[in-house]
Amino acid sequence: MKVSVNNKEYSVEVTNNPSLLEVLRDQFDLTGTKYGCGEGACGACKVLVNGIPTPACITPVTSVSGKKVVTIEGLAENGELHPVQKVLLEEDVFQCSYCASGMIITAAALLKQQPTANVQELIDGLNGNICRCCTYPAIINALKKLSQKEGEK
Amino acid sequence: MKSKANKKQSLGINIFKQSVGSISRRSFFKYMGTGIATYIVWSDVFVASALQVNEKQLKFPDQDLISSWIHISPAGDITVFTGKVEIGQNIRTSLSQVVAEELFVAPGAINMIMGDTGLTPYDRGTYGSLTTLQISPILRKAAANLREILVEEAQKTWKIEASNLFLRDGMVIDPMANKMLGYGDLVKGKQLLRKVNKNVKTIAPKEWKVAGHSIPKINGKDFITGKHRYVSDMVLPGMVFGRVLRPPAYGAKLLDADTSQAEKIPGVNVVREGDFIGVTAADTLTVAIALASIESSWDRSTPMQRSELFKHLVDTAAEKKTVSEAVGQAFERADIKVDKSFEIDYIAHVPLETRAGLASWKNGHLEVWAGTQRPFGLHEELQKIFDLPVDSIRVYVPDTGSGYGGKQTSEVGVEAARLSKHVGKPVKICWTREEEFKWAYFRPAGVIQVRASLTNGKISSWELHNYNSGSAGIDFPYSGAKEHLEFHRSSSPLRQGSYRALSSTANVFAMESIVNDLAIGSGEDPLQFRLRHLENPRLTAVVKAAAQAFDWERQKSQDNIGYGMACGTVKGGFVATFVEIEVERKTRKLIVRDVVTAFECGVIINPRHLESQVTGCVLQGLGGALFEAVDFKDGNLTNASLTSYRVPRFKDAPKMRVILLNREDLPSSGAGEAPIVCIAPALRNAIHNASGVKLYKLPMLPSGIVPDNT
Repeated sequence: MKVSVNNKEYSVEVTNNPSLLEVLRDQFDLTGTKYGCGEGACGACKVLVNGIPTPACITPVTSVSGKKVVTIEGLAENGELHPVQKVLLEEDVFQCSYCASGMIITAAALLKQQPTANVQELIDGLNGNICRCCTYPAIINALKKLSQKEGEK
Repeated sequence: MKSKANKKQSLGINIFKQSVGSISRRSFFKYMGTGIATYIVWSDVFVASALQVNEKQLKFPDQDLISSWIHISPAGDITVFTGKVEIGQNIRTSLSQVVAEELFVAPGAINMIMGDTGLTPYDRGTYGSLTTLQISPILRKAAANLREILVEEAQKTWKIEASNLFLRDGMVIDPMANKMLGYGDLVKGKQLLRKVNKNVKTIAPKEWKVAGHSIPKINGKDFITGKHRYVSDMVLPGMVFGRVLRPPAYGAKLLDADTSQAEKIPGVNVVREGDFIGVTAADTLTVAIALASIESSWDRSTPMQRSELFKHLVDTAAEKKTVSEAVGQAFERADIKVDKSFEIDYIAHVPLETRAGLASWKNGHLEVWAGTQRPFGLHEELQKIFDLPVDSIRVYVPDTGSGYGGKQTSEVGVEAARLSKHVGKPVKICWTREEEFKWAYFRPAGVIQVRASLTNGKISSWELHNYNSGSAGIDFPYSGAKEHLEFHRSSSPLRQGSYRALSSTANVFAMESIVNDLAIGSGEDPLQFRLRHLENPRLTAVVKAAAQAFDWERQKSQDNIGYGMACGTVKGGFVATFVEIEVERKTRKLIVRDVVTAFECGVIINPRHLESQVTGCVLQGLGGALFEAVDFKDGNLTNASLTSYRVPRFKDAPKMRVILLNREDLPSSGAGEAPIVCIAPALRNAIHNASGVKLYKLPMLPSGIVPDNT
């Protein structure tokens, strides 16, 4: 089977029906997507599947056949960081940063859908992502800057 | 001066061909080539400690062991070697800042080698809020010494005695002669290694240009692009994945195991060594299938149930010391008496990166990468288990996905080494979330009994017994009382260990609850009562700062709103938290409306990162205060997953304010622990204020509903 990840076609070994997370990490060495809980409860493994943030740990790789997968490694375009990456870096929000990939993927999709999301909408949209260091207020403050800027346009 | 932090620690670049244990003064330049360096021994570190650390750390095997050093190479690279590890506290940044400050370079110019037992000097471990307290000030001095050496070398080179030389951007400059020389040029061909001169003059905090400022996380970009490799992400050529067979319950003994089905799977290796059974395969899924195909039977012991926990902790405790007559009499004669017992549940650290270890054997040498707070602890363990000489092992700790005190052990590093030895290939093991919950360790459960009294408006007696959870934070910060403070060791049914602030959270919860109750019992405002009794002006200062920001005197908008406060001091940090809560009228649901925390830990090295630590502590503490608890039954955890064990999420984060008090006149202490201790009692006291309900358990409200008092 073939899978498109970050605009690149990959051949996948699908014996035993692996999850998208297992394939990304073990077969493609795309380790930016993290394992956190194995049950879609923490958001660490989220990737975009046709633009929708999806927990890769509970997604069979066979289900993304013919779809476009984007991981944290593929979020920057033409060497330019995604605005969500940029603002989280500028605002220096993270501690251990293990949640960062899933957090950024989720926020990028959320702000694409709702570019002027208010604080409550940001909280609702990100509630499935755990940051165990609890940098939540800093993440919201940073993203708020993006959505406010968008609102002022 | 553009050497990149972390570059020498990246996978596959070994600047030394073999492990060297720890580099000694004698062998220093054999490994470092040329250049200049200053080093610190452990006795310097302890003497320089601003705080008397009342812990085992002071007993050190060899006080003359090197603790850290800083080296400048002929290429101008500045490298710091320390056995501390980066697990999200952002000490890679803060330590770089203090060194960069003294050497007049940008923090990014500092190459920090951390937690590598082949390169960095021995270190007990990264815990106890000791890095900023002990290592940071002495690294400053080591860097200041280097600065002096650089000036001396410039004077020699230029054959001048002028004292008006200054340093800027990696250059020593003579403004009179309009000459300048890079640090690298100054050290070329030299081999200078000097012990730190503790009397060296460091730059005063009010002059700081790099330290004291919000320098962003070093290598931050690697973390937001997915480029940084945590141990769980690392890959070595020929590497296979490993898993280990676990008992179905605590204390169960293996009777029999049939591994024949697993062995039939292509590419799977089964390793058996006594009761240890492990499997390896080329990928995560196959190894999981192999593990699941092992049929095993176990002899289960009779385990304790959670319902018996608190009685058990008291029943198995060491015998009580006699409480002095003075304390007893003060209590008997008092106007107001309180005698209460608190129950504290086990909680889990839940680091988002589960334990991961990668091991590789080559010609009798063992290399292990592991996310642990104690690289040298793992090194020693490997030495014992595999009977290896000290310099045949090298342990690396790349920047790790958090710990909170939960990664002081490294079973996974040992497991990976064991499997790797058998299969003759590098083996990586990443614990599953379930393994992380069940087979790591917990913050201790505990029972705390307090008998306290008030006479003529003053606290007259204070008797506190802590069963099992620990003695940290047991000291009573209020004046006047006859005291009896006692920690009783008990037998813990679950494996327990370190956690952010250890037992301080439990002790401060009990203490600040009872002090609040005494104040209210005597009809006095809890804030005024505390200010009247507090002894330490630093604690008073944070209480006043938080009270002012919170506006403690303000009127409540509704009668179902409550205000609460608490204060405490732990490990050189001073903290006060004030909260506003609401008990929703119909549902009695708790809503946390506002949290204000004031914190002071001496001079601030990085305001942004300090604020982040304080926020993180308060929010993590909110989980343990309200809903986090380890549930177990029949020797097994019943909530070993993130759908059943609740940790704070975005929606749990209330409106928050953090006030940082900067004491430029005082040395810095760590901040990763102390700010956690006040959120629980502040919430408890606010719930009482709103509803009249007094809570005596942690977590207080697993269901989120405040019980009805009527």
